[in-house]
Amino acid sequence: MIKVVKIAGSYLLLLLASACSDGALNSPYVQNEELGKVIYSSFAERPKHLDPAKAYSSNEYAIIAQVYESLFQYHYLKKPYQLEPLLASAMPSLSYYNKHGEKLPDDIATADIAYAEYLITIAENTQFQPHPCFNIDLHDKLPDDWDGKSLYDLPLASRGLSSDDFIYQIKRLADPSTQSPIAGLMANYIVGFNEFAKNQSSLRKKTPGLSKAQRLQSIPMLGVKKIDQQRFSIRIKGKYPQFINWLAMPFFSPMPWEADEFYLNPALVSSNITLDWFPVGTGPYFLSENNPNRRMVLSKNPNFHLEYYPTEADKEAEGKGLLSDAGKRLPLNDKVIFSLEKESIPYWNKFIQGYYDVSGISSDSFDQAVSFSSDGDVALTNNMLQRGIGLQTAVTTSSYYLGFNMLDEIVGGSSDAAKKLRQAISIVMDYEEYISIFQNGRGVPAQGIIPPDIFGHLTGEQGINPVVYQWKNGPLRRSIDEAKILLTEAGYHNGIDPKNSEPLVLYFDTMDSSPDSKARLNWLRKQFNKLNIQLVIRGTDYNRFQEKMRNGNAQLFMWGWNADYPDPENFLFLLYGKNSKSLHGGENAANYQNAQFDVLFEEMSTMEDSPQRQAIINQMVDLVRQEAPWVWGFHPKAFSLHHAWYKNANPNLMANNTTKYINIDPALRQEYQAKWNKPVYWPLVLVLLIGTLLLLPAYLIYRRIERATAL
Amino acid sequence: MINYIIRRLLYVLPVLMGVNVLTFVLFFVVNSPDDMARMQLGDKHVSQQAVDNWKQQRGYDLPLLWNERKSGLQAATETIFFKKSVGLFVFDLGMSDNGRDIAADIAQRMWPSLAIAIPSLIFGVLANITFALLLIFYRGSYLEFGGLFICITLMSISGLFYIIAGQYFIGKLLALTPISGYAPGIDAFKFIILPVLIGVVGGLGSGVRWYRTLFLEEAAKDYVRTAKAKGLSDLQVLFRHVLKNAMIPILTGIVVILPLLFMGSLISESFFAIPGLGSYTIDAISSQDFAIVRSMVFLGSFLYIIGLLLTDISYTLVDPRVRLD
Repeated sequence: MIKVVKIAGSYLLLLLASACSDGALNSPYVQNEELGKVIYSSFAERPKHLDPAKAYSSNEYAIIAQVYESLFQYHYLKKPYQLEPLLASAMPSLSYYNKHGEKLPDDIATADIAYAEYLITIAENTQFQPHPCFNIDLHDKLPDDWDGKSLYDLPLASRGLSSDDFIYQIKRLADPSTQSPIAGLMANYIVGFNEFAKNQSSLRKKTPGLSKAQRLQSIPMLGVKKIDQQRFSIRIKGKYPQFINWLAMPFFSPMPWEADEFYLNPALVSSNITLDWFPVGTGPYFLSENNPNRRMVLSKNPNFHLEYYPTEADKEAEGKGLLSDAGKRLPLNDKVIFSLEKESIPYWNKFIQGYYDVSGISSDSFDQAVSFSSDGDVALTNNMLQRGIGLQTAVTTSSYYLGFNMLDEIVGGSSDAAKKLRQAISIVMDYEEYISIFQNGRGVPAQGIIPPDIFGHLTGEQGINPVVYQWKNGPLRRSIDEAKILLTEAGYHNGIDPKNSEPLVLYFDTMDSSPDSKARLNWLRKQFNKLNIQLVIRGTDYNRFQEKMRNGNAQLFMWGWNADYPDPENFLFLLYGKNSKSLHGGENAANYQNAQFDVLFEEMSTMEDSPQRQAIINQMVDLVRQEAPWVWGFHPKAFSLHHAWYKNANPNLMANNTTKYINIDPALRQEYQAKWNKPVYWPLVLVLLIGTLLLLPAYLIYRRIERATAL
Repeated sequence: MINYIIRRLLYVLPVLMGVNVLTFVLFFVVNSPDDMARMQLGDKHVSQQAVDNWKQQRGYDLPLLWNERKSGLQAATETIFFKKSVGLFVFDLGMSDNGRDIAADIAQRMWPSLAIAIPSLIFGVLANITFALLLIFYRGSYLEFGGLFICITLMSISGLFYIIAGQYFIGKLLALTPISGYAPGIDAFKFIILPVLIGVVGGLGSGVRWYRTLFLEEAAKDYVRTAKAKGLSDLQVLFRHVLKNAMIPILTGIVVILPLLFMGSLISESFFAIPGLGSYTIDAISSQDFAIVRSMVFLGSFLYIIGLLLTDISYTLVDPRVRLD
């Protein structure tokens, strides 16, 4: 109690003292952390996994992509997206083999290729971060005097990176006990992956005493071979050029076997200190503090290898002055603090106070931050400009669409009537209006399946969807009358179903039950009403919705896809017949099947980017535009604000490891923070005065009551 | 009294078993183990093999309540219900479906919740009682009418408004406290001022009116008139005698919630970014983490029962006429 009184007293003293100074009482940080080259960021919910074999969402990548490194990375300042070596010393050499294992020439036809082998050489002199797992003595017993608060209080050690660490991680991906989300996918490609997984399962049952590291190291994987300490090879089935994009993802980051062994300690497990929460990497930062309920702190890795800020950029990035730090050693900052911030209102207010460096723009604060000119151009409001805040916008590599279940009797199938019904609906779905109402203008109506900045996407007149748009100095949505003609040709004149002479009824399945959903669903009904079609909303919970989608029981649905890597194959595969969700458990949620499309897809997916590939993509896109298994929807536009002291911000939507390029000017931040957060005391004095004034009538009444007589 | 306490503690077991069965049935009516696995594994590239593997590793590959493949006792014990429930009765909360130790998570998150809840409760009760007694003291005057008007106004405003307005005026415009955040140890002080202040002010309207009702009933009793007739001042009567005699209903309201304080407040913790237990159960329901849901419901029930028992015991301390037999 005395301690609490002391603390309260100290705070009051601080309050009084700061009345005479410029100190910020409302700083959400303690001590003097804000003085250094620190990035302040946030997270709204704690990440599920920080193990690179398991993590697969953007909030997880925001942390682990700074700690773990892959063999390759996307160039920070170049578009179209371009891969470059990161932990590899160069891009891999690729060899093709026939089914007998004989080497084939590079220009061999795809059909003749049975295997492709990537030979990878890793860069020299790369060290893991300092970590207690590299002290082998600690695997058996932790020091008695360790208080369990921080791993970094234990004796630290490190070691050099070798090809074994990459091979070990690939084995971890295959091991069923890891439960990697891409294990099923990789089993289709990496030679021996599936067999290795099966062997691990049986080995686990037969010899439960073996640790995970011992088990994984006891059996080789047929397609992954160590050549020496710096080189290894990965053999995959057939030709799959997109495999290199997977190698650039955190799934393939090197993992030291010592980490698995160290975290087995029951004392660590019972304190929630596991490999899934405390990573061990080679990246520019290490996770020095991990309290996923409050904050996570990345600190500069003292062992980080030599890496420099890019000296080349595309014209747009160069024009923005993003080469001013060219050639400087990375990372350009010392620490990143991610604080828990669940609600958007306090987050926004703290950003405006200068306590967060970057912010998205929620719909609550959109009008405060951004205004649209009469010709639709986006600009910051005066208030933002006066604060020196900058705006970044970028069309994301995502697609949100309205899907038709192609197995459905009414909207599905390849009949001319069903196709025209889908085309008519595609025309009346006014996504320009949707983006304006529900996205605050942050989106681009989709003309097809491939988003901008991905190979295969065409702009201008040649890029429009002729089924829905016509070109008149820009894309112009076709009229409702044209949609009605198509509807009549589909057999539903004026929207009337000839079977019962009543308006056609369609069903939309959704799990959207948020307060905003009512307006969205009303908008959706309104679009169908344009054709006199009645849309019945079938709301359901997440589980039942997923089940309906798996079983192919939904008729209309909304769905989205975010690119894994910048290749058209990662979008076009969403309509590949063998990926049908209800027939094959794949990602083709519309269950679209078209033999011609499938043949073209198989050909396109094994090609390098070239005019020939573009021609095939054009054919595929034209085909599905006519077939209209989706109403193509829109590609969201990401808006991001950053303060004047946050330099080198560049919206690279494929690279996850961008924190190392950010340069913070702490002096400027301090100056702005002091200016924006001067405490205001006079309202406190006013409240005290009013309180004192109220005491006067209270005292008068008190005297009257005390002096009153009973009679 | 010892017999009474033992008897009440013995009631705990069947109540907790009932709560456990109910939680299990309600959870699995809505979610199947397959749904849980798919929720944990994510939306992309999830195969049935991965789902089966997830279930097998976490023991969700067993039948829910009855294992027909087993005979005898094993038909009941080789089930999800038995395997997931038995540990709870020895307070072994186990691991969450996400692989984290639940007891360690609770131990870590309960302190920030308590850091907000305890001062909010203490200052809230003190402020409510003081203002309620003052309203009684100034009964019939315009101060009472003014006070009641303010109480009704305070009651009519949504709790969320206090939070947003408090953050805006005190944290943003006046820049006197952080808008949100938390730090452990003594650094927590500057972060808890605003949530505690808002908690106290937000509860003042209903709290003052509730206590005023209690005190009004007490103030109308004969002993009050007698005390006044003996020459005690109104303030002395109110603070010495009326307050003491109104303690039973006050304790009923307070002691029962004491053990539950560490469970935290969902909205307050969410807006002030307090890393407490307020959202732990809700987050677990959203992510279909049965291990956390069952543990928190079990713990909540247990603590509520303990709270009721403590309330009964506290009656004997404030009113010598009460006997627990």
